[in-house]
Formats: sequence, structure tokens, C-alpha cells
Amino acid sequence: MDDRFNAYLLRSDVPGRRSGPLAGRTVAIKDNISTAGMETTCGSRILKGYVPPYDAHVVSLLRDAGATINGKTNMDEFGRGTTTENSGFGPTLNPVDTTRVPGGSSGGSAAAVAAGLAEMALGTDTGGSIRCPAAFCGIVGFKPTYGRVSRYGLVAYANSLETIGPMGRTVGDISALLRVISRPDPRDSTMQGLPYEHDPVPSVRGRTIGVPAEFFGEGVDPRVAAKVRDSIETLAACGAKVVPVSMPTMKFALAAYYITCTSEASSNLARYDGVRFGPGAEVQRSWHDAFTAVRAEHFGEEVRRRILLGTFALSAGYYGRYYGKAQTARAQVAADFERLFRSVDLLAGPTMPTVAFRLGELADPLSMYLADILTVPANLAGVPAISVPCGSVDGLPVGLQLMGRPFDDETVIDAAAAFEAEVTA
Amino acid sequence: MSADQVIIGLEIHCQLDTRTKLFCGCSTDYRDDGPNTHVCPVCLGLPGTMPAVNRRAVEYALRVAKAFNCEIPEECEFSRKNYFYPDLPKGYQITQYDRPLALGGHIVIEAEEGGEKKVRLTRIHMEEDPGRLVHRGGGARARYSLVDYNRSGVPLIEIVTEPDLRSPKEARRLLAKLRATLEYLGVFDSEKEGSLRVDANVSIAGHDRVEIKNISSYKGVEKALTFEITRQRSLIRRGATVERETRHFVEARGTTTASRSKVEEHDYRYFPEPDLPPLRVASWLDDIALPELPDARRERFMQQYGLSINHARTLTGDLRLAEFFEAVAGEDPVLAATWVADTLLGELNYRDRTIATVDPIRFRSLLSLVGSGTITDRSGVEVLRLVLDTPEEPASIVERLGLAVTGDDAVATAIAEVLAEQPQAVADYRAGKGAALNYLAGQVMKKTRGRADPREVGRRLAEALAE
Repeated sequence: MDDRFNAYLLRSDVPGRRSGPLAGRTVAIKDNISTAGMETTCGSRILKGYVPPYDAHVVSLLRDAGATINGKTNMDEFGRGTTTENSGFGPTLNPVDTTRVPGGSSGGSAAAVAAGLAEMALGTDTGGSIRCPAAFCGIVGFKPTYGRVSRYGLVAYANSLETIGPMGRTVGDISALLRVISRPDPRDSTMQGLPYEHDPVPSVRGRTIGVPAEFFGEGVDPRVAAKVRDSIETLAACGAKVVPVSMPTMKFALAAYYITCTSEASSNLARYDGVRFGPGAEVQRSWHDAFTAVRAEHFGEEVRRRILLGTFALSAGYYGRYYGKAQTARAQVAADFERLFRSVDLLAGPTMPTVAFRLGELADPLSMYLADILTVPANLAGVPAISVPCGSVDGLPVGLQLMGRPFDDETVIDAAAAFEAEVTA
Repeated sequence: MSADQVIIGLEIHCQLDTRTKLFCGCSTDYRDDGPNTHVCPVCLGLPGTMPAVNRRAVEYALRVAKAFNCEIPEECEFSRKNYFYPDLPKGYQITQYDRPLALGGHIVIEAEEGGEKKVRLTRIHMEEDPGRLVHRGGGARARYSLVDYNRSGVPLIEIVTEPDLRSPKEARRLLAKLRATLEYLGVFDSEKEGSLRVDANVSIAGHDRVEIKNISSYKGVEKALTFEITRQRSLIRRGATVERETRHFVEARGTTTASRSKVEEHDYRYFPEPDLPPLRVASWLDDIALPELPDARRERFMQQYGLSINHARTLTGDLRLAEFFEAVAGEDPVLAATWVADTLLGELNYRDRTIATVDPIRFRSLLSLVGSGTITDRSGVEVLRLVLDTPEEPASIVERLGLAVTGDDAVATAIAEVLAEQPQAVADYRAGKGAALNYLAGQVMKKTRGRADPREVGRRLAEALAE
């Protein structure tokens, strides 16, 4: 396999079982999903050498379904980033244009699929980490409803926001993959036990699609906006009713998202102390000095920044002002979705405000955080969301984002299938 | 409240005696096994693992809450308590913070000044036990430490009392009552090493309070509090200030020493555990049938067996003891109660043994030997010691050592007593009324509880009267 794009951190050539719904098909797995016997680093040097003794639930399901797991894909360290440049093992390049980033944090998975190195891939989406790279690399990426796919074995970044989801070249592929990975798992207490058992019906006839004005606001490249509006017209031509709507809580979304995810992350990352996995702590020093040194040496800059932000947001005296307030804002975002879904079946807009950035273009962290504005609302509310390719701007792919009601992943996939059928016909 | 009044509140951690850990399926029966043999990815905190609540542990905690009349909120929640310590595999402990399982309630104890006293509870919450550190090279000079995660994830309940206790003795009584109740509920095994840990808050009225951490035995609590109260009183007497601080109990020396200062106090950054949805378990209470608890059993022992309140209290203060008593009570429960509460417990205490090591069948044989007058009380104690220290049967001990009250002596004593008590019948016999002899023989038989040979009694009675 020629991995010119640094899509993989680890490759494997062990074929899967001969039978099962995914027999003979290759699946790449994001490196924050535990694979027994295969190093799992989350793109971080602090987990270099860590080989999990167990499979994530989704990995067991893939093995049972006959999939050939052909490697572990690169990512922003612990999912902290929107470009896959924040990997401890070098950036992944966008196969469409190698001067561009593939998006992130599931950039390796998107690049592997876009480059044809794997037919399908698993990614994880905390604030857009499946949809962003899918949009940037011109593939399909789906974030299922929170609680539909077991997270057991997914190395936690922000537990209350993230889900594992399928990535592929077609809507049919991501549907087939979701069918395999959404089986119930008692080890994940946030699972609702509603497996996805659907075959896509490419139709939006009779569906109402809301188009929030905020998804076409400031910072959205007008050429990207135009592509997406054209795509929504296509859906209207297929029989959907398109209505303009408003999501006023969008203005809280980014702040609520970053406070929640950095807070949870600051706690999730506390276990990397050099005692049980990864590069060992120096045993001759005192415990406190030893683990501090391990963390300072092996965590990347963006990770350390987020640990500091999250630690601050949870501190005594600041909890109410930050974490507590973020949860209130989050509840308001969810209520906004609920209100909209009383009158519409789907919401549509761009996945990303722009096309793929140049490598190194997002130098300051704030501009990177702002790029997540259109994807984080779905995570805050836990609703399903898909990105499907809808053309290109300057030769770079643009993604159409469709969001649906919680646990109505089926309608989102049907609409995406209808769009895909229309544009490829 | 007098100016010198002692004020004590306790935070008591008890391991729930479930078969498996709080958030994974690992066995909790690790005490006889090597380090890190009862572990899995979950309780080792490996990346990607998630907690799943052990319903049995929740049910156990609810039994405790119900027994102490706590209020169960409709919804409770687990939170993360974040701090770095090498025995804490995830860098945080999953515990309950602002939405605990149970609120309020009380434990009834015998008050220092007599009578009953309700000690109010603040709350009961659930949490996971951390692992255990083993320091190599000894104490403060240890060169390195090893971590054993066998204990990691064992379910704990923390019971927090209001500052209602007024003496170390009351604190000890509260713990004894708590332990007994938890054992009656079948949720706790006090004999498992490390199954109970206590933090005590103690102050003298009008002065700052001190928290004593790390008390891991029942006796230790009374000792630590007694030491600490003496220390605080002497500071106050000298006009010094009692610092608000955390102190550690040093079991070996029976003293407390200052530990972390205020500036080092942790900010635990609590927040709700995102991997566990809130628990709605208030409705489970209806399905929990409480067994007979210590107070009810004490009343029953008084009613059913005619025991004194002191004996009843002692015997019901420990589940195994209460069960042992009921197994040996037999036809003379008052005698049994006296022997168990007053004699057996002392002998066990002297030997540092528990009631579980005593065979009720052999003890019952001993009781019938005493009850029948075959041996005297004094010989009974001697036999008891041998019953405890050797496998020999009581009857065989009595025979081997010749402890039985000899038949002759018993009959002779009875005859002498009867002759003294029945002057009329004696006079009648001597006046030639032969039937009077039968009456006197009957009295002797009665005194020997029918154990004497009637023909022999008649012969010896005639001899005695002939003198």
C-alpha cells in the first residue's frame, strides 16, 4: 500500500473472516478506537507503544462481520484539532490536493477512503471530526445519534459529545457499516439499544427541510454557500419542501462546545501518567515530579492548551461561570433543535464554512475553533448529521450537511441517498 | 451545651460485600490472592473503557438507606472527583457529589448519659475504592512504591453523620450499631481487612474543628478521638488556638499528626460523570424487604427469652453473636445468655477470637452440664476454656478431670437439707408413721431433679433418720 498521504499510523494485512456482511471489504480504523494487539496511540506520543488488550465493541462487531481491518489512521492528537496537523506523528495530506489538510480530527480515515487505500473507515465525531474531513476529502461521513453506537473502547476525549461513526465513498457503504457497528452493548450505559437496521431508500419526497439562516452567516465562503444552496434546490426538485428557519442559539454553540469538551478532556487525560501505559515515568523521581515530566514531554501543545482551559473551567469558583453555564447553553441548543424538528424533518446547510485549508494556514487556535461552528450544534444536541459531497470550489470538495431528529438516523441517510442518486445519475 | 462540650461528626466508608466490583465484573474476593490478579481493563482505567453500574451494589446501598430511614431522591448521579494519586488509575474517582443516593435519616444509639439518642445522618453516597500502594523499603524511607489494583473499583458507601456525637464512646457505639445493622442487612463483612475506614471531625465547642483521617479500626476511632480531644483541650487550656486542619491517625502510637496544610488542599473539580446517566432508583425501595434489625431483635430477645436489656443488647449487637445465642438458647435461655454474654465473650476477647470460631453444639453440651447441676459454674468455666482451646467434647472433659458433682454428695446434701426443712415429717417418721419416709424421699428426689436412684435415696434416708 502506498501511503503517500500519511493516512495510516499502523497498517495491517490480516484478512477478515470469509463470511459476514463485510467479508472481503477493507475498513480503516481511527487510532483512538481500541484494537486488541494493534498499537492504539490516539495520535499522541504519550501512548506510543500502548497495545490494548481488548477490542472496542465496534471492532469486535467488524471482526464478526468479516471486515478486513487494514490499519489505524492518523488523527489530531486525542481528537484535538480540525486539520490532522496536530498529530504527534506528522500531518496527513489531503489526497485531493496534497498542499491542503484533510480536515480533522478523523483526517487519516477520510484520506484513506478518498485515496482508495480502504473502502470504508471508522471515524469519531466530537464536534465535527467525521463530517469535516469527509467534506474536505470529498467522501461521505456520518455522525450517528448520540447513544446509537457503543463508545466502549473509544479513547475518551469529550464523552458527552462524541460518537463513533462510518465514513465511506457512498451513502450505501456508510449505511452498511452503521448497520454492523450499531449493535447494543451493555458496557456503554449511554446507549439506548436502538440498533440501525435500515436499507437506504433514496427519497426525500414529502419531507420538510429547514435551512437555518445562521448556517450561511458571517465567515461562510460565499462560493461554498452557493454550492450548498444549489444542492438544497436539488433536494427540493426531488420532492422535498424547503423552508427558511432560524437557530438563534447558534451564537452560544461554539462557547458551550469548547467549555464542555475541554472540561471533560482535562479529566479524561489525567490517566496518562506514565504508570500503566505509554512511555514510562522516571521511577527515581518523586511521583509528582515524574508524572508531570511525562505529561510535559509527551503531550502536544494543543492538548496541553485544552487541558489547561478545561481545568480552569472546572475550578472551584469558576464552575458556575463556565462549565455550569455551558450546560445551560447546551440545553438551549438542544431545545432549539427540538423546536425546529416539530415543523421540519431535516435541517440542511454547509458542513464546513470553507474548503480545505492549506497546510499551516490555521496558525492560531482561535481560527481553528471557529471553523467548527457549523458542526458542533449537532454534537451539543446529540442529533444525527451527515456530510455528503456536493460539488467543488476551485477543485476542492464541498460537503452538504443534513441533520435529523434524534434516533431518526434513517431519514438523514435516506435524504443523503436521494441527493447522491440525483447528482450521480 | 457546656463550654467544654466535645462535638464529633463521622464520615464512614464501608465496602459493600458484593461479589463483583462497582463498575466492572471483576471479583471482589481478592484478599488471599496475589497483587493485580482481580483486574480488567475497566478497573485498571485503560484508555477507552467505560463504567457500567453494578445494580446489586446500588440495591445494597438502598437497603442501608432504608434501614436508617433516609430519603431517596427521585434521581441521583455519579460525579468525578479529580486528583492525581498513583493508586487512582483514571486520575479521578467516580463518586457522588451534589446528588447523592440518600439524604437524611438517623442511627439510634445508647447515649453516654443513658437512654437512646438519634444521631442524624447528612447523606449516604456510593463510590469506587481506589487501588492500594505498597511501599518498598519501609515507611518514609521507602525507595519506591508498588501499586495493587485488586481493590480498585470495589463498591463503597460513605455515610456522613451530622455533628451529633458528644464523646469518643458515643462514636464507638455509633460504629458498633452501624456495623451490626450493615451485617444484619447482609451487605457488609466487618471481618474483611480494610472493609471500614473512618474520618472523624472533632472540635471543642467554640473552637475550630480538626479532621482526623485514616482510621481503619473500630477501636482506633475511640483512641484517635480521645487523643485528639486531650490535645485540643490542652491547647485551649494553655490559651493556644486549635488550628483548623487535617490530621492523620497513627495507629501504632495511638496519636494524631498534622498532615496537609490548607494551601495544599485539593480542588477536586467535581463534575457529573458523562459516561453514566443519572440513576432513578427511588422505586426500587418498594421491593426491598428489610430483615429483622438489631433493635427489633433486642426487643424480641427480651420478650421471647426473658433476657435483661443488657444481655439482649450485647447479644444482638453482632449478627453472628445473635445467631449463636439462638442456636444454643435451648430450654434455659437466661442461663445461655449469661454464659454467652458474660463468660464466653470474655474468654474470646482474651484469645482475640470471634464467635464464628465457636462450635455451638459443643457449647450447648457444656450448657446442659451446667444447667443440670452435673458440674458447678466454676467447673463450667474450666470446661469452657478447654472447649475453646482443644477439640475435646465437654462430657469427656468432665469425665477425664472428674468434674462431675458426685452423686453421693448431691444425695447427701439433699437429704440433709430435706431433714432440716421438714421437721414435722421427721417427727412423724420417728413417731412410727412409715409413710412419712416416702414423703421425705419424694422431697429429696425433687431436689436432685430426679437424677438420684430412688431405692438408694430411701436406704440412705432411713440411715440418716436412724442416727
